[in-house]
Amino acid sequence: MSETPIFHDSEADLSHKAKWFANRLVIYGILALWTLICLFPIYWTLTTSFKMAPDVMQGNMIPWVDFEPKWRGWKSLGLSPDTIFTESTVREEFLKRFWNSTISALGSSALAVILGSMVAYGLSRFRYKFGFMRNPDISFFFLSQLILPPVVLALPFLVLYKQLDLLDTRIGLILLYTLTVLPIVIWIMRDQFQAIPVELEEAALVDGLSIWGAFVTIILPIALPGMVAAFILALVLTWNEYFFAALLTSTDAKTLPVMVASQTGSQGINWWSMAALSWAAIMPLIVIGIVLEKYIIKGMASGAVK
Amino acid sequence: MNTQGDLLHVVTLDTITPRRVLLGRVLIWGSAAIMALSFAILGLSEYGAIPLQFDTWRIGLYGYLFWATCLCFAQVVLYGEKGKRVLFILPGVLFVVAMVVFPLFYAILIGLSDWNLASPNGRQFNGLDNFRQMWGDPFYWNALKNMVYYTAAIVVEYAIAFGLALILASDIRARKFFRVAFLMPLMLSPVAVSWMVGKSMMEIRFGPIARTARWLGWDHPSFFGSPEIARATIMLMDAWTYIPFMMIMILAGLQAIPREVQEAAKVDGASGWRNFWEVTFPLMLPVSITAILIRIIFKLKLADIIINVTSGGPGGATDSVTSFIFREYRDRSNVGYGTLLALVYLVLIVVAITIFMKLMDRWMNPRYLQ
Repeated sequence: MSETPIFHDSEADLSHKAKWFANRLVIYGILALWTLICLFPIYWTLTTSFKMAPDVMQGNMIPWVDFEPKWRGWKSLGLSPDTIFTESTVREEFLKRFWNSTISALGSSALAVILGSMVAYGLSRFRYKFGFMRNPDISFFFLSQLILPPVVLALPFLVLYKQLDLLDTRIGLILLYTLTVLPIVIWIMRDQFQAIPVELEEAALVDGLSIWGAFVTIILPIALPGMVAAFILALVLTWNEYFFAALLTSTDAKTLPVMVASQTGSQGINWWSMAALSWAAIMPLIVIGIVLEKYIIKGMASGAVK
Repeated sequence: MNTQGDLLHVVTLDTITPRRVLLGRVLIWGSAAIMALSFAILGLSEYGAIPLQFDTWRIGLYGYLFWATCLCFAQVVLYGEKGKRVLFILPGVLFVVAMVVFPLFYAILIGLSDWNLASPNGRQFNGLDNFRQMWGDPFYWNALKNMVYYTAAIVVEYAIAFGLALILASDIRARKFFRVAFLMPLMLSPVAVSWMVGKSMMEIRFGPIARTARWLGWDHPSFFGSPEIARATIMLMDAWTYIPFMMIMILAGLQAIPREVQEAAKVDGASGWRNFWEVTFPLMLPVSITAILIRIIFKLKLADIIINVTSGGPGGATDSVTSFIFREYRDRSNVGYGTLLALVYLVLIVVAITIFMKLMDRWMNPRYLQ
């Protein structure tokens, strides 16, 4: 009987394996660290909304182990189990802001997707000439709006809206938000339409559809995933928008981010209620992010890769 | 930028009778006349030339909407099938013109006047006085300087995003989970982030980040005390929100690189490091430039976090241009001066981005001398 087995890994192979293993360890270490960085603030906010004052001071982290979760934060919003069926002015206020945010985000995203899809389709299929403006000029005209910083438009709009009686209305916000996301929608949709072969419309036209008929019944259904991607991306941007909302709304049309921001300024922050409010403001997008992640990535990736 | 694509070529037979042409022209010019009339009435009543008084300028808005509708309708009347194609982009053009071009001209008018919303004098034309005031305003120059720092931080963000994208594109388990987790910061509203991270986790006494800092040996952590640290903190929070954005664009680019290229490099004996620098990185240049350009554009709008966390402090050290102008309006209602500052900022941005794009173009497509 020999001491060494006949089939064995050579020294070189074994070291290779160790190296591979170390490599994996580093990669998963980085991944875990970055996951912690990304998710910890969200976790912290959620747990803080269930903490009492001493728990916040002591920096307790883990519910049921470090501290006993209480509905304190949610009670102050009128959203805890024992207050949900009673009258609550705070909840009324919160729901109103939530509703304002929902309407402005959904309305402006929908408007931007409709206008943007039409523009993108037109630019990807036909050759236009408005005076000196040809197709590249027209698409530059639309995309260059992306460079425009909101602050340039903010003060003129403040004055204009005051004169037009659109200050502090949801319509005013929707129009402005549409403008800010329109270039992004056009950018995404132009890619989508360019990827669709033109023969499809030609066949449809031969079969007797008009151009608009072909656009609505043939092309839009094919481009639907792209439209969803553009819509979701616009939704994220408009839901989170703070700058215009802070300037242009005061009582009626105030949105959720403005409400969150106005709470932080006051003296003696209620940690638990602020955490609950922040959590309520970010939760819809967290859900969207988890469920529709595919579309968000698709939206951001198009345009990057030609 | 090539936008021509495949053109959908349609031959149509339209018989446009002279009466149709007439109708179309009447529609366009008639509605334009009505719009002009509404503007004129507004202007005259504003200066008290006619006894009519309007509470709002709505009538001008309705005039514009009427003209826009008639213009769209007239396209079909005048040009038939060809006009229907124009209808794809005309509503978008009219919308953007109304929302950008009008207010931009109005902004120039406001920027050249002394207008404090709190004072009863109303708007007073004052020529280039605002410009002179800007020239001697150290806080504005400071804000511009800060924007340069903030923009420079993109290089670091880009490096981190590239690293994460490389890891996500490599052979790992649970890739979908990590992708969703890494995407999360982008979904959060900057206002909520500034509370969650800036005010609560960085709270000096018991915030978890302050605790970690103490544990790491920083005795009295203060994240917004000195100007440099405050600026770095703002950069960190902004980076935290937007790194996923660059990461996903770069990831998409990485996944579009054909596998054969990488394999060929491996066959040729390139090590991992050389493979990255000589194959992957050059192939990723176009995507990288797009990602960085978009990131710069977003970075130049940076304001929400600053307004909510430091409101420019300490001593204007963290101010971005947008947050500075925001406070100029909030604290002093100074519309005229604020608008001029914004316009100057716009001009600077356009110049800077044009130079950036030209340089990149030169660098990407070198033209050698014969």
